[in-house]
Amino acid sequence: MAPMEVPVEVRGLTRRFASHTVLDGLDLTLAPGEFVALLGRSGSGKSTLLRTLAGLDPVPAEATVRLPAPVAMAFQEPRLLPWQPVWRNVALGLEGPDIRTRVQAALREVGLERHENAWPLTLSGGEAQRAALARALVRAPRLLLLDEPFAALDALTRMRMHALVIDLWRAHAPTTLLVTHDVDEAVLLADRALVLAHGRIVADIPIPLPRPRRHADPGFAALRARLLAELGVPQAEAA
Amino acid sequence: MSLALSLSRPATPRVPRWRADWRAARRFVSPLVLVAAWQVGSMLGWISPRTLAAPSTILATAWGLAASGELGTNMAVSLGRVLSGLAIGVTTGTLLAIAAGLSRRGEEVVDAPMQALRTLPFLGLVPLFILWLGIGEAPKIALVALGTTFPVYLNLFAGIRGADRKLVEAGRVFGLDRRALVRHVVLPAALPSALVGLRYALGVAWLSLVVAEQINANAGIGYMINDARDFLRTDIIVVGLLVYALLGLGADALVRALERRALAWRPSLVEG
Repeated sequence: MAPMEVPVEVRGLTRRFASHTVLDGLDLTLAPGEFVALLGRSGSGKSTLLRTLAGLDPVPAEATVRLPAPVAMAFQEPRLLPWQPVWRNVALGLEGPDIRTRVQAALREVGLERHENAWPLTLSGGEAQRAALARALVRAPRLLLLDEPFAALDALTRMRMHALVIDLWRAHAPTTLLVTHDVDEAVLLADRALVLAHGRIVADIPIPLPRPRRHADPGFAALRARLLAELGVPQAEAA
Repeated sequence: MSLALSLSRPATPRVPRWRADWRAARRFVSPLVLVAAWQVGSMLGWISPRTLAAPSTILATAWGLAASGELGTNMAVSLGRVLSGLAIGVTTGTLLAIAAGLSRRGEEVVDAPMQALRTLPFLGLVPLFILWLGIGEAPKIALVALGTTFPVYLNLFAGIRGADRKLVEAGRVFGLDRRALVRHVVLPAALPSALVGLRYALGVAWLSLVVAEQINANAGIGYMINDARDFLRTDIIVVGLLVYALLGLGADALVRALERRALAWRPSLVEG
Protein backbone atom coordinates (compact mmCIF):
# COMPACT_ATOMS: atom_id res chain seq x y z
CA MET A 1 0.00 0.00 0.00
CA ALA A 2 2.39 2.68 1.22
CA PRO A 3 5.65 2.97 -0.72
CA MET A 4 8.80 1.25 0.58
CA GLU A 5 7.09 -1.08 3.03
CA VAL A 6 9.60 -2.62 5.41
CA PRO A 7 9.63 -6.39 5.95
CA VAL A 8 10.11 -8.00 9.35
CA GLU A 9 13.61 -9.43 9.58
CA VAL A 10 14.97 -11.30 12.56
CA ARG A 11 18.41 -12.88 12.40
CA GLY A 12 20.17 -14.97 15.02
CA LEU A 13 17.84 -14.22 17.93
CA THR A 14 18.90 -16.16 21.01
CA ARG A 15 17.24 -15.86 24.39
CA ARG A 16 18.36 -17.79 27.46
CA PHE A 17 16.77 -17.84 30.88
CA ALA A 18 19.19 -19.27 33.44
CA SER A 19 20.48 -22.43 31.73
CA HIS A 20 17.39 -22.87 29.58
CA THR A 21 17.61 -21.77 25.94
CA VAL A 22 14.22 -20.55 24.75
CA LEU A 23 15.18 -19.08 21.38
CA ASP A 24 18.25 -20.52 19.68
CA GLY A 25 19.53 -18.40 16.80
CA LEU A 26 16.04 -17.87 15.40
CA ASP A 27 15.61 -16.42 11.90
CA LEU A 28 12.28 -14.98 10.76
CA THR A 29 11.21 -13.04 7.69
CA LEU A 30 7.73 -11.64 7.09
CA ALA A 31 6.86 -9.88 3.84
CA PRO A 32 5.02 -6.54 4.10
CA GLY A 33 1.28 -7.08 4.53
CA GLU A 34 1.63 -10.81 5.04
CA PHE A 35 -0.59 -12.67 7.55
CA VAL A 36 1.50 -15.31 9.30
CA ALA A 37 0.46 -17.74 12.01
CA LEU A 38 3.06 -18.89 14.53
CA LEU A 39 2.37 -22.28 16.05
CA GLY A 40 4.21 -24.16 18.73
CA ARG A 41 3.71 -26.22 21.83
CA SER A 42 3.52 -24.33 25.08
CA GLY A 43 6.98 -23.35 26.24
CA SER A 44 8.31 -23.35 22.69
CA GLY A 45 9.20 -19.65 22.91
CA LYS A 46 6.28 -18.14 20.96
CA SER A 47 5.59 -15.57 23.63
CA THR A 48 9.27 -14.75 24.08
CA LEU A 49 9.59 -14.05 20.35
CA LEU A 50 6.50 -11.87 20.40
CA ARG A 51 7.70 -9.95 23.47
CA THR A 52 10.96 -9.18 21.69
CA LEU A 53 9.11 -7.96 18.60
CA ALA A 54 6.82 -5.84 20.79
CA GLY A 55 9.82 -4.19 22.44
CA LEU A 56 8.99 -5.61 25.87
CA ASP A 57 12.24 -7.58 26.01
CA PRO A 58 15.57 -6.10 24.90
CA VAL A 59 17.15 -7.30 21.65
CA PRO A 60 20.43 -9.11 22.42
CA ALA A 61 23.50 -7.42 20.94
CA GLU A 62 24.40 -10.26 18.58
CA ALA A 63 20.91 -10.46 17.03
CA THR A 64 19.47 -8.34 14.22
CA VAL A 65 15.83 -7.28 14.42
CA ARG A 66 14.37 -4.97 11.77
CA LEU A 67 10.72 -4.06 12.08
CA PRO A 68 8.25 -1.79 10.32
CA ALA A 69 6.72 0.88 12.54
CA PRO A 70 4.43 1.45 14.28
CA VAL A 71 3.98 -1.88 16.03
CA ALA A 72 0.73 -2.67 17.85
CA MET A 73 -0.32 -5.69 19.83
CA ALA A 74 -3.37 -7.49 21.17
CA PHE A 75 -2.94 -9.92 24.04
CA GLN A 76 -4.73 -13.07 25.12
CA GLU A 77 -6.57 -10.99 27.72
CA PRO A 78 -7.96 -7.62 26.63
CA ARG A 79 -5.73 -5.79 29.16
CA LEU A 80 -7.94 -2.70 29.20
CA LEU A 81 -7.45 -0.26 32.07
CA PRO A 82 -10.64 -0.82 34.08
CA TRP A 83 -10.61 2.73 35.47
CA GLN A 84 -10.80 4.40 32.08
CA PRO A 85 -13.79 4.29 29.73
CA VAL A 86 -13.42 2.35 26.49
CA TRP A 87 -12.55 5.33 24.34
CA ARG A 88 -9.75 6.45 26.68
CA ASN A 89 -8.33 2.95 26.59
CA VAL A 90 -8.27 3.05 22.82
CA ALA A 91 -6.66 6.50 22.99
CA LEU A 92 -3.97 5.30 25.42
CA GLY A 93 -0.60 6.78 24.48
CA LEU A 94 -1.95 8.42 21.30
CA GLU A 95 -0.60 11.81 20.34
CA GLY A 96 -1.58 14.40 17.79
CA PRO A 97 -4.78 16.16 16.77
CA ASP A 98 -8.38 14.85 16.70
CA ILE A 99 -7.67 11.82 18.88
CA ARG A 100 -11.36 11.46 19.72
CA THR A 101 -12.33 11.28 16.03
CA ARG A 102 -9.68 8.65 15.32
CA VAL A 103 -10.79 6.64 18.32
CA GLN A 104 -14.42 6.81 17.20
CA ALA A 105 -13.47 5.62 13.73
CA ALA A 106 -11.57 2.65 15.17
CA LEU A 107 -14.44 1.75 17.48
CA ARG A 108 -16.86 1.91 14.55
CA GLU A 109 -14.68 -0.50 12.60
CA VAL A 110 -14.89 -3.10 15.36
CA GLY A 111 -18.59 -2.40 15.94
CA LEU A 112 -18.22 -0.85 19.39
CA GLU A 113 -19.29 2.72 18.61
CA ARG A 114 -22.15 2.47 21.11
CA HIS A 115 -19.77 1.45 23.92
CA GLU A 116 -17.44 4.43 23.58
CA ASN A 117 -18.13 5.63 27.12
CA ALA A 118 -18.67 2.22 28.77
CA TRP A 119 -16.48 0.97 31.61
CA PRO A 120 -14.36 -1.99 30.41
CA LEU A 121 -15.61 -4.28 33.18
CA THR A 122 -19.16 -3.98 31.84
CA LEU A 123 -18.14 -5.40 28.44
CA SER A 124 -18.50 -9.05 27.46
CA GLY A 125 -15.33 -11.02 26.67
CA GLY A 126 -15.82 -10.56 22.93
CA GLU A 127 -16.56 -6.84 23.25
CA ALA A 128 -13.49 -6.29 25.44
CA GLN A 129 -11.32 -8.11 22.91
CA ARG A 130 -12.78 -5.98 20.11
CA ALA A 131 -11.93 -2.88 22.13
CA ALA A 132 -8.38 -4.22 22.42
CA LEU A 133 -8.31 -4.66 18.62
CA ALA A 134 -9.52 -1.08 18.18
CA ARG A 135 -6.73 0.06 20.49
CA ALA A 136 -4.20 -1.69 18.25
CA LEU A 137 -5.86 -0.55 15.03
CA VAL A 138 -6.14 3.15 15.91
CA ARG A 139 -2.34 3.41 15.72
CA ALA A 140 -2.41 2.37 12.02
CA PRO A 141 0.18 -0.34 12.78
CA ARG A 142 2.42 -1.67 10.02
CA LEU A 143 3.16 -4.69 12.22
CA LEU A 144 0.27 -6.19 14.17
CA LEU A 145 1.16 -8.75 16.83
CA LEU A 146 -1.67 -10.99 18.03
CA ASP A 147 -0.84 -13.15 21.06
CA GLU A 148 -3.57 -15.81 21.15
CA PRO A 149 -6.23 -13.10 21.23
CA PHE A 150 -9.12 -15.51 20.64
CA ALA A 151 -8.05 -18.33 22.96
CA ALA A 152 -10.24 -17.24 25.87
CA LEU A 153 -13.40 -16.61 23.82
CA ASP A 154 -16.32 -18.98 23.32
CA ALA A 155 -16.56 -20.75 19.96
CA LEU A 156 -19.23 -18.52 18.41
CA THR A 157 -17.54 -15.29 19.47
CA ARG A 158 -14.25 -16.66 18.19
CA MET A 159 -15.74 -17.28 14.74
CA ARG A 160 -17.01 -13.70 14.59
CA MET A 161 -13.62 -12.40 15.73
CA HIS A 162 -11.88 -14.42 13.00
CA ALA A 163 -14.05 -12.72 10.38
CA LEU A 164 -13.44 -9.30 11.95
CA VAL A 165 -9.67 -9.75 12.01
CA ILE A 166 -9.59 -10.78 8.37
CA ASP A 167 -11.75 -7.76 7.43
CA LEU A 168 -9.48 -5.41 9.35
CA TRP A 169 -6.36 -6.99 7.88
CA ARG A 170 -7.76 -6.63 4.35
CA ALA A 171 -8.70 -3.00 4.96
CA HIS A 172 -5.38 -1.91 6.49
CA ALA A 173 -2.92 -4.57 5.30
CA PRO A 174 -0.54 -4.55 8.28
CA THR A 175 2.03 -7.31 8.43
CA THR A 176 0.36 -9.61 10.95
CA LEU A 177 1.88 -12.24 13.21
CA LEU A 178 -0.71 -14.35 15.01
CA VAL A 179 0.52 -16.60 17.78
CA THR A 180 -1.88 -19.47 18.30
CA HIS A 181 -1.98 -23.06 19.43
CA ASP A 182 -5.07 -23.71 17.35
CA VAL A 183 -4.18 -25.38 14.05
CA ASP A 184 -7.62 -24.71 12.59
CA GLU A 185 -7.30 -21.02 13.36
CA ALA A 186 -3.96 -20.90 11.56
CA VAL A 187 -5.35 -22.60 8.45
CA LEU A 188 -8.46 -20.38 8.48
CA LEU A 189 -6.64 -17.07 8.73
CA ALA A 190 -3.02 -17.10 7.64
CA ASP A 191 -1.08 -16.91 4.35
CA ARG A 192 1.64 -18.97 5.93
CA ALA A 193 2.07 -21.01 9.10
CA LEU A 194 5.34 -21.29 10.98
CA VAL A 195 6.06 -23.94 13.57
CA LEU A 196 8.41 -23.04 16.40
CA ALA A 197 10.27 -25.82 18.21
CA HIS A 198 13.58 -26.05 20.06
CA GLY A 199 14.02 -22.28 19.71
CA ARG A 200 13.87 -22.20 15.90
CA ILE A 201 11.36 -22.16 13.07
CA VAL A 202 11.22 -25.84 12.08
CA ALA A 203 8.46 -25.68 9.48
CA ASP A 204 7.28 -23.00 7.07
CA ILE A 205 4.05 -24.04 5.39
CA PRO A 206 2.24 -21.83 2.84
CA ILE A 207 -1.56 -21.88 3.01
CA PRO A 208 -2.68 -21.12 -0.56
CA LEU A 209 -6.44 -21.52 0.07
CA PRO A 210 -8.74 -18.78 -1.27
CA ARG A 211 -10.61 -16.63 1.28
CA PRO A 212 -13.14 -16.81 2.86
CA ARG A 213 -12.15 -20.25 4.06
CA ARG A 214 -14.21 -23.02 5.56
CA HIS A 215 -13.29 -26.23 7.28
CA ALA A 216 -14.99 -28.13 4.44
CA ASP A 217 -12.75 -26.59 1.75
CA PRO A 218 -10.68 -29.08 -0.22
CA GLY A 219 -7.11 -28.94 0.99
CA PHE A 220 -8.08 -27.75 4.50
CA ALA A 221 -7.83 -31.19 6.07
CA ALA A 222 -4.51 -31.94 4.41
CA LEU A 223 -2.95 -28.68 5.66
CA ARG A 224 -4.36 -29.28 9.11
CA ALA A 225 -2.89 -32.79 9.19
CA ARG A 226 0.47 -31.51 8.02
CA LEU A 227 0.62 -28.83 10.70
CA LEU A 228 -0.39 -31.30 13.38
CA ALA A 229 2.35 -33.66 12.22
CA GLU A 230 4.89 -30.82 12.43
CA LEU A 231 3.69 -30.13 15.96
CA GLY A 232 4.28 -33.78 16.78
CA VAL A 233 0.63 -34.70 17.31
CA PRO A 234 -0.10 -38.22 15.99
CA GLN A 235 -3.13 -38.28 13.67
CA ALA A 236 -5.05 -40.78 15.77
CA GLU A 237 -4.96 -38.32 18.69
CA ALA A 238 -5.88 -35.37 16.51
CA ALA A 239 -8.94 -37.07 15.05
CA MET B 1 -57.77 -26.13 39.15
CA SER B 2 -55.55 -26.17 42.18
CA LEU B 3 -52.69 -27.40 40.00
CA ALA B 4 -53.17 -24.50 37.58
CA LEU B 5 -53.19 -22.07 40.47
CA SER B 6 -50.00 -23.37 41.98
CA LEU B 7 -48.31 -23.26 38.58
CA SER B 8 -49.28 -19.68 37.87
CA ARG B 9 -48.00 -18.48 41.20
CA PRO B 10 -44.55 -16.82 41.00
CA ALA B 11 -41.69 -19.01 42.18
CA THR B 12 -40.88 -16.75 45.13
CA PRO B 13 -43.98 -15.38 46.84
CA ARG B 14 -43.87 -11.61 46.90
CA VAL B 15 -43.44 -10.17 50.40
CA PRO B 16 -46.15 -7.65 51.31
CA ARG B 17 -44.89 -4.14 51.73
CA TRP B 18 -45.76 -3.79 55.43
CA ARG B 19 -43.88 -6.98 56.12
CA ALA B 20 -40.75 -5.77 54.32
CA ASP B 21 -40.91 -2.51 56.27
CA TRP B 22 -41.29 -4.46 59.49
CA ARG B 23 -38.25 -6.57 58.61
CA ALA B 24 -36.17 -3.44 58.07
CA ALA B 25 -37.47 -1.84 61.26
CA ARG B 26 -36.94 -4.96 63.38
CA ARG B 27 -33.20 -4.28 63.65
CA PHE B 28 -33.89 -1.12 65.62
CA VAL B 29 -36.17 -2.78 68.14
CA SER B 30 -33.58 -4.17 70.54
CA PRO B 31 -31.49 -0.97 70.82
CA LEU B 32 -34.69 0.99 71.46
CA VAL B 33 -35.76 -1.49 74.14
CA LEU B 34 -32.33 -1.16 75.80
CA VAL B 35 -32.54 2.65 75.82
CA ALA B 36 -36.09 2.46 77.20
CA ALA B 37 -34.94 0.09 79.96
CA TRP B 38 -32.07 2.45 80.75
CA GLN B 39 -34.51 5.38 80.97
CA VAL B 40 -36.91 3.45 83.20
CA GLY B 41 -34.03 2.23 85.37
CA SER B 42 -32.81 5.80 85.84
CA MET B 43 -36.28 7.07 86.67
CA LEU B 44 -36.80 4.35 89.25
CA GLY B 45 -33.45 5.19 90.82
CA TRP B 46 -31.86 1.82 89.96
CA ILE B 47 -29.12 3.60 87.97
CA SER B 48 -27.51 6.43 89.90
CA PRO B 49 -26.77 9.57 87.82
CA ARG B 50 -23.18 9.30 89.12
CA THR B 51 -22.88 5.96 87.36
CA LEU B 52 -24.75 6.91 84.22
CA ALA B 53 -27.14 9.78 83.56
CA ALA B 54 -30.60 9.05 82.13
CA PRO B 55 -31.05 9.25 78.34
CA SER B 56 -33.46 12.15 78.81
CA THR B 57 -30.90 14.06 80.89
CA ILE B 58 -28.24 13.38 78.27
CA LEU B 59 -30.47 14.73 75.52
CA ALA B 60 -31.26 17.84 77.53
CA THR B 61 -27.57 18.37 78.31
CA ALA B 62 -26.64 17.92 74.65
CA TRP B 63 -29.24 20.52 73.71
CA GLY B 64 -27.97 22.90 76.38
CA LEU B 65 -24.32 22.48 75.36
CA ALA B 66 -25.20 23.00 71.73
CA ALA B 67 -27.32 26.08 72.48
CA SER B 68 -24.61 27.69 74.63
CA GLY B 69 -22.07 27.19 71.86
CA GLU B 70 -19.79 25.22 74.18
CA LEU B 71 -20.24 22.02 72.18
CA GLY B 72 -19.61 23.77 68.88
CA THR B 73 -16.42 25.45 70.10
CA ASN B 74 -15.01 22.25 71.54
CA MET B 75 -15.95 20.27 68.45
CA ALA B 76 -14.20 22.82 66.26
CA VAL B 77 -11.03 22.50 68.36
CA SER B 78 -11.10 18.68 68.18
CA LEU B 79 -11.85 18.70 64.45
CA GLY B 80 -8.99 21.11 63.90
CA ARG B 81 -6.58 18.76 65.68
CA VAL B 82 -7.77 15.75 63.69
CA LEU B 83 -7.63 17.58 60.37
CA SER B 84 -4.12 18.99 61.00
CA GLY B 85 -2.86 15.58 62.14
CA LEU B 86 -4.53 13.81 59.21
CA ALA B 87 -3.16 16.29 56.71
CA ILE B 88 0.38 15.69 57.97
CA GLY B 89 -0.05 11.92 58.35
CA VAL B 90 -1.74 11.30 55.00
CA THR B 91 0.78 13.46 53.15
CA THR B 92 3.74 11.76 54.83
CA GLY B 93 2.31 8.26 54.31
CA THR B 94 1.52 8.96 50.67
CA LEU B 95 4.94 10.41 49.86
CA LEU B 96 6.77 7.58 51.63
CA ALA B 97 4.62 4.92 49.94
CA ILE B 98 5.20 6.43 46.50
CA ALA B 99 8.95 6.61 47.13
CA ALA B 100 9.10 3.03 48.40
CA GLY B 101 6.59 1.66 45.90
CA LEU B 102 8.09 3.04 42.73
CA SER B 103 11.80 2.39 43.27
CA ARG B 104 13.96 -0.38 44.66
CA ARG B 105 16.23 2.10 46.37
CA GLY B 106 13.26 3.91 47.86
CA GLU B 107 12.02 0.61 49.26
CA GLU B 108 15.41 -0.17 50.79
CA VAL B 109 15.59 3.21 52.47
CA VAL B 110 11.97 3.63 53.54
CA ASP B 111 10.33 0.28 54.00
CA ALA B 112 12.51 -1.34 56.65
CA PRO B 113 12.26 1.53 59.17
CA MET B 114 8.54 1.89 58.46
CA GLN B 115 7.94 -1.81 59.08
CA ALA B 116 9.95 -1.60 62.31
CA LEU B 117 8.18 1.55 63.56
CA ARG B 118 4.81 0.13 62.65
CA THR B 119 5.18 -2.54 65.33
CA LEU B 120 5.53 0.13 68.03
CA PRO B 121 2.25 0.77 69.83
CA PHE B 122 2.27 4.44 68.86
CA LEU B 123 -0.07 5.48 71.67
CA GLY B 124 2.71 4.41 74.02
CA LEU B 125 4.79 7.26 72.66
CA VAL B 126 2.71 9.85 74.52
CA PRO B 127 5.26 10.33 77.35
CA LEU B 128 8.07 10.87 74.83
CA PHE B 129 5.96 13.29 72.83
CA ILE B 130 5.22 15.29 75.97
CA LEU B 131 8.94 15.46 76.74
CA TRP B 132 9.79 16.50 73.20
CA LEU B 133 6.87 18.74 72.32
CA GLY B 134 5.43 19.93 75.64
CA ILE B 135 1.75 19.82 76.49
CA GLY B 136 0.31 22.24 73.94
CA GLU B 137 -1.24 21.45 70.57
CA ALA B 138 1.95 19.99 69.08
CA PRO B 139 1.98 16.56 70.82
CA LYS B 140 -1.74 16.10 70.11
CA ILE B 141 -1.39 16.80 66.40
CA ALA B 142 1.83 14.77 66.25
CA LEU B 143 0.10 11.76 67.77
CA VAL B 144 -2.71 11.88 65.18
CA ALA B 145 -0.16 12.41 62.40
CA LEU B 146 1.97 9.47 63.50
CA GLY B 147 -1.00 7.15 63.90
CA THR B 148 -2.41 7.94 60.46
CA THR B 149 0.89 7.73 58.56
CA PHE B 150 1.14 3.94 58.85
CA PRO B 151 -2.23 2.77 57.48
CA VAL B 152 -1.87 5.16 54.54
CA TYR B 153 1.71 4.04 53.90
CA LEU B 154 1.09 0.30 54.21
CA ASN B 155 -2.01 0.20 52.03
CA LEU B 156 -0.75 2.51 49.31
CA PHE B 157 2.60 0.68 49.17
CA ALA B 158 0.82 -2.67 48.84
CA GLY B 159 -1.50 -1.18 46.21
CA ILE B 160 1.38 0.14 44.12
CA ARG B 161 3.23 -3.17 44.31
CA GLY B 162 0.04 -5.06 43.52
CA ALA B 163 -0.57 -3.18 40.26
CA ASP B 164 -1.23 -5.70 37.48
CA ARG B 165 2.04 -6.29 35.61
CA LYS B 166 0.09 -7.23 32.49
CA LEU B 167 -1.53 -3.80 32.38
CA VAL B 168 1.86 -2.17 32.84
CA GLU B 169 3.19 -4.22 29.92
CA ALA B 170 0.24 -3.24 27.75
CA GLY B 171 0.93 0.40 28.60
CA ARG B 172 4.56 -0.03 27.57
CA VAL B 173 3.58 -1.62 24.24
CA PHE B 174 1.33 1.37 23.55
CA GLY B 175 4.14 3.81 24.11
CA LEU B 176 3.62 5.08 27.66
CA ASP B 177 6.81 6.29 29.29
CA ARG B 178 7.55 5.77 32.96
CA ARG B 179 5.74 8.90 34.07
CA ALA B 180 2.65 8.09 32.05
CA LEU B 181 2.70 4.49 33.32
CA VAL B 182 2.72 5.70 36.91
CA ARG B 183 -0.04 8.19 36.23
CA HIS B 184 -2.37 6.09 34.10
CA VAL B 185 -1.69 2.56 35.28
CA VAL B 186 0.11 2.20 38.62
CA LEU B 187 -1.52 4.90 40.73
CA PRO B 188 -5.10 4.24 39.57
CA ALA B 189 -4.48 0.55 40.27
CA ALA B 190 -3.38 1.44 43.79
CA LEU B 191 -6.31 3.77 44.46
CA PRO B 192 -8.75 1.20 45.90
CA SER B 193 -6.29 0.06 48.53
CA ALA B 194 -5.17 3.66 49.18
CA LEU B 195 -8.78 4.48 50.01
CA VAL B 196 -8.96 1.52 52.38
CA GLY B 197 -5.85 2.97 54.01
CA LEU B 198 -7.55 6.34 54.29
CA ARG B 199 -10.60 4.84 55.98
CA TYR B 200 -8.33 3.04 58.41
CA ALA B 201 -6.41 6.25 59.01
CA LEU B 202 -9.61 8.10 59.88
CA GLY B 203 -10.47 5.47 62.49
CA VAL B 204 -6.98 5.72 63.96
CA ALA B 205 -7.20 9.51 63.89
CA TRP B 206 -10.22 9.59 66.22
CA LEU B 207 -8.64 7.03 68.51
CA SER B 208 -5.43 9.08 68.68
CA LEU B 209 -7.46 12.20 69.32
CA VAL B 210 -9.22 10.63 72.31
CA VAL B 211 -5.88 9.66 73.82
CA ALA B 212 -4.18 12.94 72.86
CA GLU B 213 -6.94 15.02 74.42
CA GLN B 214 -6.30 13.39 77.77
CA ILE B 215 -3.00 15.31 77.77
CA ASN B 216 -3.66 18.53 79.65
CA ALA B 217 -6.13 19.97 77.16
CA ASN B 218 -7.98 23.21 77.81
CA ALA B 219 -10.35 22.93 74.89
CA GLY B 220 -11.81 20.18 72.75
CA ILE B 221 -14.23 17.32 73.28
CA GLY B 222 -11.64 15.47 75.37
CA TYR B 223 -11.23 18.50 77.61
CA MET B 224 -15.01 18.71 77.97
CA ILE B 225 -15.11 15.05 79.04
CA ASN B 226 -12.24 15.37 81.52
CA ASP B 227 -13.72 18.50 82.99
CA ALA B 228 -17.08 16.74 83.38
CA ARG B 229 -15.38 13.85 85.17
CA ASP B 230 -14.14 16.24 87.87
CA PHE B 231 -17.74 17.31 88.47
CA LEU B 232 -19.21 13.79 88.21
CA ARG B 233 -21.25 14.91 85.17
CA THR B 234 -21.81 11.55 83.44
CA ASP B 235 -24.33 13.22 81.12
CA ILE B 236 -21.64 15.48 79.63
CA ILE B 237 -19.24 12.55 79.36
CA VAL B 238 -21.79 10.57 77.35
CA VAL B 239 -22.53 13.57 75.14
CA GLY B 240 -18.79 13.84 74.42
CA LEU B 241 -18.58 10.14 73.58
CA LEU B 242 -21.59 10.44 71.28
CA VAL B 243 -19.97 13.38 69.51
CA TYR B 244 -16.78 11.34 69.00
CA ALA B 245 -18.88 8.53 67.54
CA LEU B 246 -20.86 10.83 65.26
CA LEU B 247 -17.73 12.56 63.97
CA GLY B 248 -16.18 9.15 63.26
CA LEU B 249 -19.28 7.98 61.41
CA GLY B 250 -19.39 11.19 59.40
CA ALA B 251 -15.78 10.83 58.37
CA ASP B 252 -16.36 7.25 57.29
CA ALA B 253 -19.39 8.25 55.23
CA LEU B 254 -17.27 10.93 53.59
CA VAL B 255 -14.61 8.44 52.47
CA ARG B 256 -17.28 6.05 51.24
CA ALA B 257 -18.80 8.81 49.14
CA LEU B 258 -15.31 9.51 47.82
CA GLU B 259 -14.93 5.80 46.98
CA ARG B 260 -18.20 5.75 45.08
CA ARG B 261 -17.02 8.62 42.93
CA ALA B 262 -13.40 7.56 42.44
CA LEU B 263 -14.11 3.84 41.95
CA ALA B 264 -17.19 4.22 39.76
CA TRP B 265 -15.59 1.80 37.30
CA ARG B 266 -15.81 -1.19 39.65
CA PRO B 267 -18.44 -3.73 38.61
CA SER B 268 -20.20 -3.90 41.97
CA LEU B 269 -20.77 -0.17 41.78
CA VAL B 270 -21.34 -0.10 38.04
CA GLU B 271 -24.23 -2.55 38.22
CA GLY B 272 -25.76 -1.19 41.39
